[in-house]
Parts: sequence; C-alpha cells; structure tokens
Amino acid sequence: MSLARRIIPCLDTDGSRVVKGVQFIHLRDAGDPAELAARYNREGADELVVLDIAASRDHRPTFLETIRRVAAELAIPLSAGGGIGTLEEGQAILRAGADKVTVNTAAIRRPALLTELAAEFGAQAVVLAIDARRDGKSWRAYVRGGHESTDLDAVAWAQEGVERGAGEILLTSMDRDGTREGFDCELTAAVSETVSVPVIASGGADTPQDFLDVFKKGKADAALAASIFHDNLQGFGELKRFLAERGIPMRVSA
Amino acid sequence: MKIALVEYGAGNLPSVERALARLGADTFRAPAPEALADADAIILPGVGHFGALMRQLGERGMIDPLRERISGGVPFLGICLGLQALFSASDEAPDDRGLGVFPGRVAAMPATAKLPHMGWNQLERREPARLLEGVPDDAYFYFAHSFAAMSSATGPGHAEAALCNHGGRFVAVVENGSICGVQFHPEKSGQAGARLLENFLGLAHGYAKNGSGEKRQGTAQ
Repeated sequence: MSLARRIIPCLDTDGSRVVKGVQFIHLRDAGDPAELAARYNREGADELVVLDIAASRDHRPTFLETIRRVAAELAIPLSAGGGIGTLEEGQAILRAGADKVTVNTAAIRRPALLTELAAEFGAQAVVLAIDARRDGKSWRAYVRGGHESTDLDAVAWAQEGVERGAGEILLTSMDRDGTREGFDCELTAAVSETVSVPVIASGGADTPQDFLDVFKKGKADAALAASIFHDNLQGFGELKRFLAERGIPMRVSA
Repeated sequence: MKIALVEYGAGNLPSVERALARLGADTFRAPAPEALADADAIILPGVGHFGALMRQLGERGMIDPLRERISGGVPFLGICLGLQALFSASDEAPDDRGLGVFPGRVAAMPATAKLPHMGWNQLERREPARLLEGVPDDAYFYFAHSFAAMSSATGPGHAEAALCNHGGRFVAVVENGSICGVQFHPEKSGQAGARLLENFLGLAHGYAKNGSGEKRQGTAQ
C-alpha cells in the first residue's frame, strides 16, 4: 500500500479549444476541452491539467468559462493556469473550479507570487510549472511559453520555488516536448531528488515504456502527456496495467 | 432532506456541491449559524489553512452552533481540513482552537515522505464503517494535505474507521456515530468517493426520516 503514481492528461487550450503543436508552435485544433475531460475522467485519468497557452488577458473570461465547463465533468482533481500573474488571477482560476493553480513566467519575474498564493490557498493548491531546456551539463528555465530564456538553473529554481510555497512542480522538458522521444529522465530525477514536493514529468511521452522509465529512472511522482491521449494512441487502462505489472503503484480501477 | 454545506469563504465547496448534485442530493450553502438549524445533515468541506478556517467560523459565529448540532446527533461530514477541525488543535495554527469534538491534535506529517501528501492512496480498514460500505478494500482516494491526525489522535473509544500510511499512519476515516470525517477528498475520488458520499447521504436520510426529536444516535456501530 503506497501512494500511487499519477497519469495526467494535459489539455493545452487557446482559451476555449484544445490545441496541439510541436515545441510550442504549429498549433492545430484537437477538440473540445469539456468533452475530452469527460472522456479522461471516465477512462481512468488520475488528474487533469488545463492550460491557456495563449494566455492573453483579453480572453481570460473565456478560459475561466472553459475551466467551469471542464470542472463540471470531473470527479478527479484539476489544475489550471496560463499567464497567471497575480493573487486575484489565481483566485479566479480556483473559484472557477480548479483545485490547483499553475504559475510559470510570473513566478520567475516575481517569486513572492508563490508565497502569496500558498499563504492564501495552501501549498497543495500551488503548482510551479517550469519549462526547462538542456544547457551543457545542466538545464535552464525558460519563460513565455518557452520563447525566452532566463539566467535561472531549472533545478535551483525548482528548489527555490518550493521554499517560497509551491506544493508541486510541473516540469516540462522543452527538448522533448512534442518529439515522442520519451521523457527526459535525467532532468526529472535531478529535480525530483532535490525538492521535497511531488514532481510531474512532462514532455516526450510516447510508449508505456517511456512512462515506466520516468517513474523508475526519473523518480517522477506523476507523468503528464497530451497528444498520445487526445489521439487515442494510448488508453489509460492498458497503460496503468502495464505499469502496475512492473511494480509501479497505480490506481488501476476508476 | 436538506444538506447544509458550511460556507466560510474558501475551500472546495463547489466541487462538493457538484458531487452531491450528481447523487441527486438537495444541498444548500450555510454561511451563517441560522442556516444550520434546519439541516438534516452538515458537511464541512475544507482546503487551506487550519487557522484561517477556525477564524472564519469564529467570525461567522458558527463554532458553538456547529458543536451543538454535532453533539445533538445531526449527521456531520468533515472533509480534509473539515476533518481536522473536529480535533482540539493543530500544529498548523497553534494559537487557534479546533471544534474539540475529538480531544487529539492535528500534527505536521513526518517529512520522511514527499509533502504535501498529494495523490491517490489506499486505506487500512480498522473498524466497520457505514461510510465505507460497498467500497472495495483496495479502493484509492485522493489526498492533498501536509497535516493530519496521526493514529490514535481521536482518543480512546472513538472509531478510527480507517488509517492511511504516508511516512507514518494517520487517520483517514472517522465514523463515531453520526460524526464522520475523511482526510481525503471524496468529491475528487472518482467512483469510490461517490460511493462514500452516497453512504453519508444514507445516514442523513435515516436521520431526516426519524426526525431530530428522536434520541441521538448511539456510538459507533
């Protein structure tokens, strides 16, 4: 008996529709968020992440409505974010029905945001999303949907983020994102062994073996993927059975 | 039958509301003590900080009315922080008193495992509980917390129906007559969570049918 590792589908949206692309570009439509959410909830996803990757203030009301529609379909936890810069914006995300708010760029610009959110809603409701790209022997954190590099080491930033209040790290390998070459286990293990909070690995998922690797070698607490689930290339039941048979604690029944 | 959801300005109230609506339950929000009077059952949903919850309940004048209705036998379900509120105090906010229905203290979970304890975990059944009827022994429930009532915190004679283990054993399900609490989030726990909520509605239904004038329900069955 132990805490199950989680399988988390991610809906990248333009605010109202699910979109997908390779390494944050070449976006195309991949369906209605609420419909996909209902399907994943039914099929055995452990949690759902919904992101507004356009994240412009103009259409924030649209995204909040999307969160409400998605939350109404779920009997599993929901994380949501994209362009969240203030306590008020985080609160709006949670009020719309998310259990956790994910922050990225704004937390790098103003790390106190993490502390403010944690003080108000508890660390369990604050997810620090980090987009990391390999840079020599380490990894660098990127912002603005991966368009802009920072001078922050991704592992050190994860550690600082946790000290400031993040209750979970959503770690995306930008080198792997959209490539289907497998998760970056080295990056994931570096962060997971450093921080005291759960780490969600993201970027590069393709086969069940990739998930096994990121749980075993990457020491991930959860693994996130998008297109393999949207395109029905991978079912939750068979993926979880595969992992459970190989010793990974999994919630196999819905 | 009307179920009061205690509203104190924070928390997971809408998701609890939705989960109960799916089960056909008639719920209403109770932001003030008067609203508790007619309830056939009371649910205290909670996420966030122990001190913030107790101060909010205090400002709304709800602490004594809640205690009275709970000791009067109305079916009560505390969820997550709502379970912790049943205890006398919490290390998370040493200056704030809990409802004190149970004498024990909520403590920081051991840091030997990753915290927050976030995700799906299984239960160790200790006592038969109506809340867990029909729930498979190996069912998973969704947890998200860093504080907990460690095992035996409810004190002697109280029913710790199920424990969970994450760096140490802590109270996951309490059922002491009509007083129930769960450390996990049934509203986020798929079919197993829905079944547990349905079982609680069964308790509430029995109470509504027999009327609150009946003598209060006995101790744990």
